[in-house]
Amino acid sequence: MKYDIILCGVGGQGVLSVAAAIATAAASEGLKVRQSEVHGMAQRGGAVMSHLRLSDETIPGDLVPRGRADLIISMEPLEALRYTEYLKPEGICITAKSPFENIPNYPEMDSVLSKVESLPNSRLIDAAALAKEVGNRRAVNMVIVGAASTYLPLPEESLKSAITTLFTRKGEKIVEMNINAFSLGRNA
Amino acid sequence: MSNHALLGDEAVALGAMHAGLSSAYGYPGTPSTEIMEYLLRSANAGGEGIHQAHWSSNEKTAFEEALGASFCGKRALITMKHVGLNVAADPFMNAPLLDIKGGVVLAVADDPGMHSSQNEQDSRYFADFAMIPCLEPTNQQEAYDMTRMAFDLSEELAVPVMIRLVTRLSHSRAAISTSDPRKQNVMKKADGGAGWTLLPARARRHYASLIGKQEKMNLLSEESVFNKLKTGNESEKCELGVITTGLARNYFNENSGELTSSYNHLHIGQSPWPAAKIRSLMDSSERLLILEEGMPFLERYIRGIGSETMPIDGKLNGKVSRQGELNPDNVRESLGLPSLSSLEFDTGELPIRPPQLCNGCPHEDSYNFIKEVVQGLDQSIVTSDIGCYALGALAPLEVPETVVCMGASISMAKGAAEAGYPNVMAVIGDSTFYHSGLTGLVDCVADQAKVTVIIMDNSTVAMTGGQQTMLQSARLPQVVEGLGVAKDHIRVLDAFRRSHDGNVEVLKEELAFEGPSVIITVRECVETVKKRLARRKQAKEAAAGGNR
Ligand code: SF4
Repeated sequence: MKYDIILCGVGGQGVLSVAAAIATAAASEGLKVRQSEVHGMAQRGGAVMSHLRLSDETIPGDLVPRGRADLIISMEPLEALRYTEYLKPEGICITAKSPFENIPNYPEMDSVLSKVESLPNSRLIDAAALAKEVGNRRAVNMVIVGAASTYLPLPEESLKSAITTLFTRKGEKIVEMNINAFSLGRNA
Repeated sequence: MSNHALLGDEAVALGAMHAGLSSAYGYPGTPSTEIMEYLLRSANAGGEGIHQAHWSSNEKTAFEEALGASFCGKRALITMKHVGLNVAADPFMNAPLLDIKGGVVLAVADDPGMHSSQNEQDSRYFADFAMIPCLEPTNQQEAYDMTRMAFDLSEELAVPVMIRLVTRLSHSRAAISTSDPRKQNVMKKADGGAGWTLLPARARRHYASLIGKQEKMNLLSEESVFNKLKTGNESEKCELGVITTGLARNYFNENSGELTSSYNHLHIGQSPWPAAKIRSLMDSSERLLILEEGMPFLERYIRGIGSETMPIDGKLNGKVSRQGELNPDNVRESLGLPSLSSLEFDTGELPIRPPQLCNGCPHEDSYNFIKEVVQGLDQSIVTSDIGCYALGALAPLEVPETVVCMGASISMAKGAAEAGYPNVMAVIGDSTFYHSGLTGLVDCVADQAKVTVIIMDNSTVAMTGGQQTMLQSARLPQVVEGLGVAKDHIRVLDAFRRSHDGNVEVLKEELAFEGPSVIITVRECVETVKKRLARRKQAKEAAAGGNR
């Protein structure tokens, strides 16, 4: 089994915590995991992209080749479009719906969304609304993990316990809220 | 044996700790920063005989501090990014002449592709220049293993050893297995006298001894487990011989399964170059392809001048991309394999999204008042420096006109002012000022240069993730005064929008002054404020939880 994921968004949107949740779950399932992250200048409000590779065999490198990705997980619709050439022909794209408009020439929202919808396999998730339902805008990340979870080669339970592990430090309430966000995303 | 999922940087840190590290020094710089952050976290967690870990003012002081520890017989690590080694080049080039007993390892992280840097320089040239071994890991496990080994090698050869990292390894995570930690060295001062005093007569002797060590280094490279030659066909020559260095091996392995004819493969993880192994690869191959992450360093060595005996493909003949990082896709192309079929979808042109200052960043308010003053002048120059505020050169602010290297803002401003240009301003951050701005300001004071220095004091090293500046903000005016800037011309301002009009006036006044003046604009970085508040909240909640 090999499963390659491209995670993307805008610096500061928490792409890394999405990656961390999936990577932790995969490792607990005994899979090999390679994860490349973005630190430094690009994190300041720029386009960020991270590679996550899961496999039961040795993984040769940290980067996903173009045409090999099974899944794009994006925190933002314009950013989702930026990396479609990484997808396999049958690859899937999951993205949060709300735009992050920090550039003057951000395209018409409708055209961005309709492009995402016209991808062969795509899902637009109103993650912001679902995060609001659990009572914290910052839970968008875990809504997206939930939405991606039905495609990932990982059991729901191991993702949930990964989320618990990641947020334990921040207290029970935060754990519960993120688990709820995950479940809303999963059922979206 | 245990399992940890670590960044490449963290694997270096843990490798050093398990090698019996006593002291670590560095200056933050992407992609090397996380090495020291890991060592600091471990040091803060405490424990018996835990190592020293400190950020330094710059890479040069870091290197020298490490040499001090080594002089006491202890093992020391220095961390920095590639351009930091330019700053540390003085001690770095001299250290191989010392009689090193406590191992000295330099972990330097290059940034091919310039994700967060101003150039793509390849630190392997520096290792060669200094005549020391360089180890280049291709994955997190090797980052750990090689760092451990580097300390042994350093003590065996009595020279510093370089670990060369690149962004993609520094910032990629994988599980590694570790082995039992080694104890720290006992304190034992080196024989000062001859071994550590580089006076000409003695330095000549030391240099001869360094030259003498080269044969041993070559031999170690030939035998190194990190330099592996795999032959594709025992009985006859293969059409293709591939040499990989660094991460190129990963990308080669990603694609090599699809090669239809047999090939020879030499991977080099330890230099000086293993010449005999390279020769044997060349003898058993008809064509050579050289894949190295970084500049065509090995390639030039192999090509020589007009002495090519076989076709060689690489960066110098355009078969491998000369600029930027290697990746599975461009390596695939160099191997002559067809590109993989991707999802076919025309997204049309997408606007780029470059990095920019955070919402509410104090630099924005500082630049806005500078901009207003600049717009009212016929002629002016604004030099700037390395840090978040360099992003002010991009739209919409577009204030800085130069960004060159750490500290260059002040010294370049002096040069421009003395060339006769009016209204010269230098913009520099507090941490960059301590790193390399102090000396430039001393120059300005000495010659009473007509320069207005604007220190944007956000009390942190923001770009690399919010490390603490060397000295507290409140000390900055005293430091500037101590360097000799007239007290009346040290102006401390708020970097808030509400102070805009007043700030405009102050800048105009100081531009009219005939000597050096310093304006310090003070407001904490938004990101560090957020982190501080989050920490406080967490602490409060933890305390409340404890009371329940
Ligand atoms: S990290 Fe701090 S200094 Fe850097 S852009 Fe953001 S607010 Fe400004």
